[in-house]
Amino acid sequence: MPISPTALAPTALTGDPRRRSTHARRPLVLLALGIGVLATALVSLMLGSNLISATAVLAGLFDPAQDVASVVWGSRVPRTVLGLLVGVCLGVAGAMMQGQTRNPLADPGLFGVSAGASFAVVIGVYVLGTSSVLTTLWLALAGATVASVVVFSVAALGRGLSSPVPLAIAGAAVSSLLVALTSFLVLSDETTLAAYRIWVVGSLSGRSLAGVDAALLFAGVGMVFAAANIRSLNNLALGTELAHGLGENLLRARLVGLAGITLLTASAVAISGPIGFVGLTAPHIARRLVGGDHHWLLPASGLVGAVVLLVCDVIGRLIGGNAEVSVGVVLTVVGGIVFIAIVRRGKMATL
Amino acid sequence: MTATSTPRFRRAGAPAGSAAGSADGSAADSAALEARRVTLSYEKSVIFDGLDLRIERGRVTTLVGANGSGKSTVLKAFGRLLTPGAGTVELDGHPVRSLSTREVARRLAILPQKPLTPSATTVRDLVSRGRHPHQSLLRPFTPHDSAVVDAALAATGLRGLEGRDAGSLSGGQLQRAWIALILAQEAPTILLDEPTTFLDLSHQLDVLRLVRRINREHGATVVMVLHDLSLAGRYSDRLVVLGGGRVIADGTPWEVLTPAILREAFDLEALVIPDPSCGSPLVVPVDTEHR
Repeated sequence: MPISPTALAPTALTGDPRRRSTHARRPLVLLALGIGVLATALVSLMLGSNLISATAVLAGLFDPAQDVASVVWGSRVPRTVLGLLVGVCLGVAGAMMQGQTRNPLADPGLFGVSAGASFAVVIGVYVLGTSSVLTTLWLALAGATVASVVVFSVAALGRGLSSPVPLAIAGAAVSSLLVALTSFLVLSDETTLAAYRIWVVGSLSGRSLAGVDAALLFAGVGMVFAAANIRSLNNLALGTELAHGLGENLLRARLVGLAGITLLTASAVAISGPIGFVGLTAPHIARRLVGGDHHWLLPASGLVGAVVLLVCDVIGRLIGGNAEVSVGVVLTVVGGIVFIAIVRRGKMATL
Repeated sequence: MTATSTPRFRRAGAPAGSAAGSADGSAADSAALEARRVTLSYEKSVIFDGLDLRIERGRVTTLVGANGSGKSTVLKAFGRLLTPGAGTVELDGHPVRSLSTREVARRLAILPQKPLTPSATTVRDLVSRGRHPHQSLLRPFTPHDSAVVDAALAATGLRGLEGRDAGSLSGGQLQRAWIALILAQEAPTILLDEPTTFLDLSHQLDVLRLVRRINREHGATVVMVLHDLSLAGRYSDRLVVLGGGRVIADGTPWEVLTPAILREAFDLEALVIPDPSCGSPLVVPVDTEHR
């Protein structure tokens, strides 16, 4: 016989210590991550080719008359803002992708989004001969969207969407095709290659805030889809049959999830080029901090993604001397080491 | 039972005070589930063609049959995980297809054979996901939901384990956690697909006693698939034997578990004797080789 909730009050007060610690810890972890993001952002504003003190940075931020204001506002603020945006987008998209596919190795680019963006950017350079920031941004957004719609349609035509496998296979196939076409164009035209190889590494340097409002709009809509997908992701984690049994509309869950992943990844790729490893590692770190409930996992992944991306960008500025190292390169090295460490400790979650 | 605010694992759709076995819903004699002339197939192979099966409210009905006889197929069709090619499945007198998947989830809970254990999730969080059909963007997790989860954990004896990671539970504990999730769904009809698979005998008994208790104390209609015929006979009001694309037998355990039916359904030579411990039919396979 079920016990009346009131009769449970004494137990509820003392509770299970383990439960209380994990549950009560989650808001604190998010708060700590938020503070971590602010701290990293401040460091990102201070460090570069020349060091600016924290007080000078703050003075420059709020007083345009200061000498440092031009450096702070001209180069470091855009770079930091873009880094935050890219990191948050990739972190959240990565957590969504791993939840949708229940694959711990899933990356936000799995459904062809990154390959689509790259191909569109290359087409733009090849056909239009332009590599302006704004054109690149729109082309990348368009390419990413088209690629993911194609992937979704191919998967939906086949065995259906209840299993994540057709989506992943269709994504891999479309990605391979797009990468091949991209290589063909890049190898056949030297100017295209020159523009493409700078973009494809993934970098925040030289990116201005021009056009960022478009990416911000995409990312904002993507975040709304992500929030709307949270409970579906929790249900999908129980397997598609139990999810369906709990009243989950599988087609809608997939559509909303894919829309969120596409918009978030597209905004990130459009800004910085295809940066790897953040979308893969940030959710794993976040899962160890707050657990597998997507209500907490998605925000935590976004914050972890922002910290990781900014830290790697700062490292890249420092180790390269005058010719700095792109954040994409630093991430591959640092991210690879971190990932090996996670796997070696055997703590990687199996989804 | 007392008249407290105790969650009773019954959906508001069922009138308050309707006890085990009594009718609710639109008509007094309405079945909890009814398949009418249903055709069920996977890919292109037809498993059932024109199946009729009625599940009475407030009873424990167990589907038995040889491997491949379509027990799970029927259960999935009742749980709308499989759409019939023809015919209709009715839930509480309504065609399942006319109800939204969320509305179905408030009336019927199904525990599939192999649910996935989500990573880094506590037992309590896992069980809380059973509240999904009662929640929406405008109606998030409430104290009532929390009380229902408490009651589900208590009913399955998991209160002490609610903070544990679900991935660290033993097979028996995990199965109880899944049943707690299904209980938290508060659906008056519960479908269980082989709930005792992979469990040792004492944990099988544990789960089946729990199922019996849920049926008796909460008036839940239970439909399950079991392999062990003697356990099925002991814990069910009614057995349905499936085989050859049809219902071979349908009735009380003593009516159904006869040597002739066992021979037809399972190609099994067996004696059926009264269980010395509780009087239910005990199926004893005859070993011809060692005679």
